[in-house]
Amino acid sequence: MLLSIRSLTKEFPGTKALDSVDFDLRAGEIHALLGENGAGKSTLIKCLTGAYQRDAGTVTLEGREIAPRSTVEAQDLGIGTVYQEVNLLPNLTVAQNLLFGHEPRRMGLIDSRAMRLRARAMLAEYGLDLNVDRDLATCSVAIQQIIAIARAVSLSGKVLILDEPTASLDAREIEMVFGVVRNLRDRGLGIVFVSHFLDQVFDLTDRLTVLRNGRHIVTEETATLDRVRLIEHMLGRSLQDEVLHSRPPDRGPRPELLRFTGFGRKGRIEPFDLDIGAGEVVGLAGLLGSGRTESAEAIFGLQPAQTGEARDRSGVLDLSSPRKAIAAGFGFAPEDRKTDGIVADLSIRENIILALQARRGWARPIARAEQARIAVDYIRRLDIRTSGPEKRIGELSGGNQQKVVLARWLAMNPRFLILDEPTRGIDVGAHAEILHLIHQLVEQGMSLLVISSELDELMAVSNRIIVLRDRRHIAALAGDEVSGPTIMRAIAGVDAPVEKGAVEKGCVEDAPVEAAPVGTAPVEDAPVKDMPVEDVPVEKGGE
Amino acid sequence: MMPQVLTRLAPQLIALVVLMGLVTLFYPGFLSISYSDGRLVGPMIDVLKRSAPVALLAIGMTLVIATRGIDLSVGAIVAICGAVAAYMIASGYGLPLALALALVAGLAAGLWNGVLVAVIGVQPFVATLILMTMGRGIAQLITEGRILTFTDPAFAFIGSGTALGLPVPVWIWLGAAVLAVALLRRTALGMLIEAVGINRKASAVAGVNATVLLVAVYMAMGLCAALAGLIITADIRGADANNAGLWLELDAILAVVIGGNSLLGGRFSIAAAVIGALIIQTITIGIRLAGFPSEYNLVIKAVLVLVILVLQSPRIASEYAFWRQEARRKREAQLKGAGR
Ligand SMILES: Nc1ncnc2c1ncn2[C@@H]1O[C@H](COP(=O)(O)OP(=O)(O)OP(=O)(O)O)[C@@H](O)[C@H]1O
Ligand SMILES: [Mg+2]
Repeated sequence: MLLSIRSLTKEFPGTKALDSVDFDLRAGEIHALLGENGAGKSTLIKCLTGAYQRDAGTVTLEGREIAPRSTVEAQDLGIGTVYQEVNLLPNLTVAQNLLFGHEPRRMGLIDSRAMRLRARAMLAEYGLDLNVDRDLATCSVAIQQIIAIARAVSLSGKVLILDEPTASLDAREIEMVFGVVRNLRDRGLGIVFVSHFLDQVFDLTDRLTVLRNGRHIVTEETATLDRVRLIEHMLGRSLQDEVLHSRPPDRGPRPELLRFTGFGRKGRIEPFDLDIGAGEVVGLAGLLGSGRTESAEAIFGLQPAQTGEARDRSGVLDLSSPRKAIAAGFGFAPEDRKTDGIVADLSIRENIILALQARRGWARPIARAEQARIAVDYIRRLDIRTSGPEKRIGELSGGNQQKVVLARWLAMNPRFLILDEPTRGIDVGAHAEILHLIHQLVEQGMSLLVISSELDELMAVSNRIIVLRDRRHIAALAGDEVSGPTIMRAIAGVDAPVEKGAVEKGCVEDAPVEAAPVGTAPVEDAPVKDMPVEDVPVEKGGE
Repeated sequence: MMPQVLTRLAPQLIALVVLMGLVTLFYPGFLSISYSDGRLVGPMIDVLKRSAPVALLAIGMTLVIATRGIDLSVGAIVAICGAVAAYMIASGYGLPLALALALVAGLAAGLWNGVLVAVIGVQPFVATLILMTMGRGIAQLITEGRILTFTDPAFAFIGSGTALGLPVPVWIWLGAAVLAVALLRRTALGMLIEAVGINRKASAVAGVNATVLLVAVYMAMGLCAALAGLIITADIRGADANNAGLWLELDAILAVVIGGNSLLGGRFSIAAAVIGALIIQTITIGIRLAGFPSEYNLVIKAVLVLVILVLQSPRIASEYAFWRQEARRKREAQLKGAGR
C-alpha cells in the first residue's frame, strides 16, 4: 500500500469534519474520493497536504508514519496537489511557473537557457510542445491545469491529489487532462481524484471511496458499482429522479419581458440580439471563452455594453453598472465564486443579505433578527451544510459556498436572474435540488439566463438555447431542435467555416488537441524537489 | 453582544493594563488622579489628553485599512488644516468660519485621496504618498513659511481648555469615537465597508457602491485629520507647517495594528484601535516618567510594540494551539500507557 490512513479525525468548532476515516491508496491506481458537499473530502486532502493538522489517527506513506506540517513538507515527502483553481502565477512565463523557486542557477544567477530547456523537457513528458516563454495567462485553462500537474508531479512524485480539477474545462480539454492522468498512473503514481462529475469518475477511476458526514461509507472497485448505488452511498438515500435527460414543459409563447438589440462590447462580445420571455429560461451554450460569461457581464453592467440597448415594456433600461442592473430587477450569480461571489471573511448571514442590504442603502439596516430569519430560511431551503448562520463563509465547503451565493440572489427575488455555472462544484443531490429550484422559480414567473458547460443540465432547464462561438451568438435552438447532437454541431461550427485560432486565448494552437502519449521518463528523475506550489502567495500578497 | 465585544477587545485591554502596571512599578504616582480647580489632574489624564491626535487619526485609519488601503498623508493633512485655521484666525475671520474651513480642507484632502484610489485606481500607498509630500508644501504656502501664531482664547480652548473636569481634546476624541462606532454599527455602513475591504469585486457584483464607499472612507479620514490638526494647532497656539503632525501617520497605523486590525482589510474594530492609541501614549509618557534617559525612548517603545504585536500574531496563536494540542496528546498517551 502506497498511502494508508487509519482513523483520521479532524474537528472544527461545531463540526466534526472527519470522524475516524480509513482510506487506502495503491501505487498505480486512480482512486476517486466522493461525497456530498461538506462530506469532508477537501478536509481529508488538506490533512494529507499539511494544510491542516489532524486531531487523531495515523497516516503512513510507504510504511512510514508521516505528519506534514506544511505543503512544502508534504511535497518533500512525495505528496503533490492540484486544486480546482489553478494556483499558479498568471503573469510569469510557463517556464517560470514550472520551475518557480527551483530555477537552475549558474554562479548564483538564474540560467534562463537551462531553465527553458528543463521546462520544455518537463512538458515533453506530457506530450506538450509549447513556447515556454509565453505568459501563463495566455494559455488555455486546460494547459494551465496540465502545467500545474507537471509541476506538482515533479516536486513530489509519489502521490498526486486532484481536487475538482476539471470543473472549468470543456469535454475535449477534460480528455486531454485525463490522458495525462492515466499516463501518470501507468508510471506508478497513486492518484486521488475528487469530483462531482460521476461520469468522469466511472470513466477515469479504478476504485472509489465515499464519505458522508465525515464518515467512511464504502470503498469499492469502480467497475462493480452502478450510478444509482453510488448515489445512494453518497446521499444515504436514493435520488428519485435526476431531472437530467428531461426537458422543461413547453408552455407556449410567453409575453416578452426584455429585449436586447445590438448589445455588445468591443473585444468582449460581438453585438447580439436577445429576447427574454416572462418565465422563460434561456440557456447559453458554447466552449470556454466563447463569450457566454462576457454576454452575461455586459447584460449585468459589469462590463457595460458600448453598443445597443436593452428595453422592457416601460422603455429603455440603464444597465451601466451592477447597481443599475439590480435596480432594473436583475440578478447575477457569477461563475467564479471565489473572486466574484463570496466575501470570505463575512458570515453566511451577512453574505446572504449583502445584496438586499446594498439595495436598501446603508442608512436603512436590515434588523438583525430579520437577517437571521432570512439566513436560516435559505440554509434550510438550499440545505446548506453549516453549524449555523454565523459561520464564516470561507469555512464552508466549496459546494455550500456556491449555495450561499445562490441564496443571496434568491433573497432578492429578481425578475431576471443570470446563473453562470450554477451547479459547479455541487454534489448530485444538491444538483437535482437546484434544477428543481430553477423549475420552481420559473413557475413563479422569474426569467432566467443560464450558462452551463454541462449540456444535459442546460437542456433540462432551458426553453431555448443560444449557442455561442468566437464571442458571437451564432444560433438559437428551441423546441425540437434542442438535442445534444445539434448543440454540439453548432458549438463545433460544423456547418459554418471556423475561424482559426479564435476559439481560445492563445497557446492552444501549438498544443495537440488530444492527449499525446506521455514519455517514459521515470518519475524519480524529476529535476526539482521541494517547491511550494500552493504556498505561492497568489491571492493575499498579490496586490 | 456585549461579551463578544469584550472578547474582541481583551488583548488590547490586557496590554494596556499590563503596561500601566509596568509604569506604576517605576513611577508609583502614575495612577494617582486628583481633583483641583474644577478639573482632574494626573499622569493618566495627561495620557488621555495627549492621545487625542493619534486616537482621532486611528479612527479614520481603521476605516481606510479596513478597505485594504492605507493613508500616508494624514500628517500632512494635519498640517494643512492647522495652517488653514491659524491663517483664518490670524486674518480675523472669526472662529466658526476658521473651524469650518479647516474641516472642509480636511474633507477636500480626503476627496483627493479617495478619487485617486477608488476612481482612478492608484494604489493607496502611492496615491497618498503624493499628498504626503505635497501637503506640507501647501501648508507652508498658507503660513508663508513662518510659524503662524495667534491669540484667540476661544480657539486655544479646543487644545488646552477643560470641560466637565476633563481636557477638551479628550471629549473631542471620545465623542468622535462614539459617534463613529454608532454611525458604523447602527447602520449597515460598517458591514458594507468590511465587505468592500474583503472582496471589492464580489461586493460590487452584489450591488454595493464600492467606489462611493471608498471615497467616503478617505473623506472621513480627512475629517479626522482635520480635527487632530485643530487640536494640535490650538494647543500650541500656532501653526507649524513643518512639524505639526510629523510622523503621526505612522503612529496612527501602529495604533490600528496594535488594535488587532489586519492590514489586509476586512473586519475592523475602532474601539480596539483607539485603545491602541492609548497604549502608544502610555508607553511614550510612561518611559519619560519612569526616568529612562531620553535616548532610550524610541528603542524601548519599539521593543514594547514588538512584544505586543508578536503576542497578538495569529501565527503565534496557532503555534500555541498546536503546542497545547501536542501536549494534550502526549499526556493522554501517557495516561493510556499508565493504565495498561
Ligand atoms: N477551516 C474550517 N473551519 C471550520 N469548518 C470547516 C473548515 N473547513 C471545513 N470545515 C467544515 O468541515 C466540513 C467538511 O468540509 P470539506 O471542505 O472537507 O467538504 P467537501 O467534502 O470538500 O465538500 P465540497 O464538495 O462542497 O467541496 C464542512 O461542514 C465545513 O463547513
Ligand atoms: Mg471541497
